[in-house]
Amino acid sequence: MIGHFFEYEFLRNTFYTGLLIGLIAPLLGTFVVVRRLSLIADALSHVTLAGIAFGLLLEKKFALGLSPFYTGMGFSVMASAFVEQLRRVYKAYQELAIPIILSGGVALSVVFISVANGFNTDLYNYLFGSVSAVSRQDLWSILAITIIVLIVITLFFKELFTLSFDEEHAVVSGIHAKRIHFLFIVVTALVIAASIRIVGVLLVSALMTLPVAASIRIANGFKQTMFLSVIFGEISVIIGLVAGYYFEIPPGGTIVLTSILLLLLSILIKRIKFNRARKRAIQ
Amino acid sequence: MSNPIVTMKNVSYAYDNKPTLKDINFEIQRGSFLGLVGPNGGGKTTLIKLLLGLHKPQNGSIQLFGTPIQKFKDWNKIGFVSQKANTFNRGFPATVSEVVSMGLTAKVGYMKFFNQSHKKQIEKAVSQVGMSDYLHENIGDLSGGQQQRIFIARALVSNPDLLILDEPTVGVDTENVQKFYELLHLLNDENGITLLLITHDTGTMTHHATDIACLNKTLHFHGNPSQYTQLSEQDLSAFYGHQLNVVSHHH
Ligand SMILES: Nc1ncnc2c1ncn2[C@@H]1O[C@H](COP(=O)(O)OP(=O)(O)O)[C@@H](O)[C@H]1O
Ligand SMILES: [Mg+2]
Repeated sequence: MIGHFFEYEFLRNTFYTGLLIGLIAPLLGTFVVVRRLSLIADALSHVTLAGIAFGLLLEKKFALGLSPFYTGMGFSVMASAFVEQLRRVYKAYQELAIPIILSGGVALSVVFISVANGFNTDLYNYLFGSVSAVSRQDLWSILAITIIVLIVITLFFKELFTLSFDEEHAVVSGIHAKRIHFLFIVVTALVIAASIRIVGVLLVSALMTLPVAASIRIANGFKQTMFLSVIFGEISVIIGLVAGYYFEIPPGGTIVLTSILLLLLSILIKRIKFNRARKRAIQ
Repeated sequence: MSNPIVTMKNVSYAYDNKPTLKDINFEIQRGSFLGLVGPNGGGKTTLIKLLLGLHKPQNGSIQLFGTPIQKFKDWNKIGFVSQKANTFNRGFPATVSEVVSMGLTAKVGYMKFFNQSHKKQIEKAVSQVGMSDYLHENIGDLSGGQQQRIFIARALVSNPDLLILDEPTVGVDTENVQKFYELLHLLNDENGITLLLITHDTGTMTHHATDIACLNKTLHFHGNPSQYTQLSEQDLSAFYGHQLNVVSHHH
């Protein structure tokens, strides 16, 4: 079954892309979750949809060869800068940035889609992901994004970590919170744009957060949480892609369902461990 | 022989249009243990935020280690444990050693990594606060008093000359408060760290601090504990009460 993924080029591209996003989505997702920004990821993915719809519109009306992947990424990165601005304006209501950006994204999408008089199945692929949508060109772009993300996380790991835990303390110790924030949110936007090919707009934030949710309670410390999240992310992507191909279901659905199963499993493991420890303590 | 590491001259501060600190003149001598006391809302935390550069005073000037605060860069000379330190997200996945490492982040600098000697420093700071056995435990699994110690270790790890603690004993039980003051004396006497401790527990402060300052919008008193205990009822009620008669003070 998995053999097909190496026989056909389009499946091979999908498989490699899957492995890349299975790495970077949970990696960055760990920061997203501990900073309680899970919903911002959702908001950004909806703006990415608007960008994709815009790209498809250009393609349809003006035969512009600009891939919707790039317009999606452009919208997402611009929105990420806007999110930071909004969070600064509404200091006491930072979560307001989420409905503003999210509804803005959906509204723009609707406008672009109707101006284009609707699209074909392409849009469906962007909503739920697809095993056959990844071109060789896309694979290279996503590889480039992966490398950028890995470099940023490696070079600024301690600052990102320190800021996530206690922003005031980080600022007092002399860390430039605004610049690091900005870098972080832009990189998040890139990861979202990269992941959409495979898991789709509606489920991209799940791939960033569910593997983290599964590992956060069974791991010891931050680095271990990150490491376990990547393992869970990769397992979800591999099982999800193969199952999606086999059952002809968009892979977004199968990948997310697999991560939910892993999440339930981790809760079970935690409970068993806890009960054992309690028994030992009683004896 | 005065050797101030903090100097405030005529400092005033208002949140929006709400005057909070008025005309503060104030020094912290190197090696001292200063207790800053005063009623809730008296502006103690605000004063600290000015010292840490988190707010800018509308009037007056601040010097840290002889440098005007605008030009001051050696922030790792100042360790800080915030009043809000123990309101962190308890589900945050971080071990004790990871939390303490955060105190070195800025000192190590951008795009550089922790090395073996940094790890040693982290272990040392954790052992200074008597928490070596918990190095690899999750911070969320510790008790409130233990967490407080870890935050002190995070402030100590960069080897500060001045340690600022904002109401650190709130929520710590009596027995641990005693141990906590022992730890502070050790840091002050043996390691020569200057301490600025904020509390509204005035009674305890007179036993421990070398200097006491009373703040309620203005500085009402700044002297040693025996001078403080000689303050009359009248002085104290003026300080805690509604009439804000300014008591003159000498350095
Ligand atoms: N961020 C803020 N914005 C507006 N007012 C504030 C802010 N922080 C504190 N205040 C006000 O300033 C006064 C002094 O507060 P604070 O410095 O926290 O006092 P203390 O630490 O002595 O209890 C209080 O009246 C408080 O309501
Ligand atoms: Mg306070």
